[in-house]
Amino acid sequence: MRVTRTAKAGTLESNDIFIMVSPSEAEVVNLELQSIVLAQFGRQIRETILKTVAARGVTQVSIMAQDRGALDYTIEARVETALDRALAEPGVIL
Amino acid sequence: MLFVPGNNPGMIQSASVLGADCVILDLEDAVSLSEKDSARKLVTKALRSWSFKSTEVTVRINPITTVYGPLDLEAMLEVQPDILLIPKAEVASIQAVESRISAFEAARGGEAVRTKLFALIESAAGVEYVHEILESSPRLEGVLFGGEDYTSDMGVARTMGGMEIEYARNKVAVACKVHGVDAVDTPFTDVDNHEGLLADARKAKAMGFTGKAAINPRQVGIIHKGFAPDPVEVRYALRVLEAMEEAEAEGKGVFSLDGKMVDAPIIQRARQMVALAEKLGMVKASNVSREGGLV
Repeated sequence: MRVTRTAKAGTLESNDIFIMVSPSEAEVVNLELQSIVLAQFGRQIRETILKTVAARGVTQVSIMAQDRGALDYTIEARVETALDRALAEPGVIL
Repeated sequence: MLFVPGNNPGMIQSASVLGADCVILDLEDAVSLSEKDSARKLVTKALRSWSFKSTEVTVRINPITTVYGPLDLEAMLEVQPDILLIPKAEVASIQAVESRISAFEAARGGEAVRTKLFALIESAAGVEYVHEILESSPRLEGVLFGGEDYTSDMGVARTMGGMEIEYARNKVAVACKVHGVDAVDTPFTDVDNHEGLLADARKAKAMGFTGKAAINPRQVGIIHKGFAPDPVEVRYALRVLEAMEEAEAEGKGVFSLDGKMVDAPIIQRARQMVALAEKLGMVKASNVSREGGLV
């Protein structure tokens, strides 16, 4: 499944993560991650994001993530929300 | 009961260490229309993954008559918080929620949903029909009175003295007592007025409310103080229970304490007071029957 529209979720507040998903030209999942704890938890955050994208069945998307120390469940929630928004039929209330 | 915005991960994470007996993860007024989906998803994930320790967790869903209410309810039934707070509660809205929960249970082979319901009474009709509302679902275990929306519905100004909500508070507190459910008083919205909050909490307690809603963590300790029983009264209640145990051991039907006869209502009140004192950490459970059990 590919993302054809840009959508966002989350904030730049402490303990949150801002996620923006947009269409990708290549059939890959591109992830650009910034985090205040990149050195300590960068790999874990990437894994959580990619696992959540895969669980949603998305294989073609560009993701920009700005992390402010979010826990795993917050990361999952924000990624799923962004993908739901990007994949929703126009006019559907989520 | 402390309100926590449902789309704020930081506040949700710290909800269990703020001292409240119960937190209300809010999907309604604290969340803008464009973020309803995001908050619902975050609260769902938090309830699945995060430990709120011994703090009870309530979720305030959106009114069931809106497009968001049924989506919230459906999501919450999957994770079953301790309590669902139903806003704009009237008989029809509680029945609509009840019927959706019953359908959910039936679809799961009759497995009972553990979540209790609290009705948020915040309209003139809600106040006037509070008894009917409390009879409209066996899952209802409490009422939260919302003074701000109630006064808005009445078209009257909200004042510090609170005269405009006195009738509604009394009616809600009495109805809850009749039905044996919790009565939680409206929040005190001036978060910097600690003296006013303390006086308001004491007034709510005197009216028969069993708790009060808070909209800021700084209000929690003040509300606990306002609802705490007088230590002298707690000591007397402990002595009543001790005298009762002695009378029972001696096979006495009635007994007296300090020259006054102790009857069933006094014993009942003593039990309630000791239970509350235990909950507030004023008395050790192991010392319930001994004078001097206060800690």
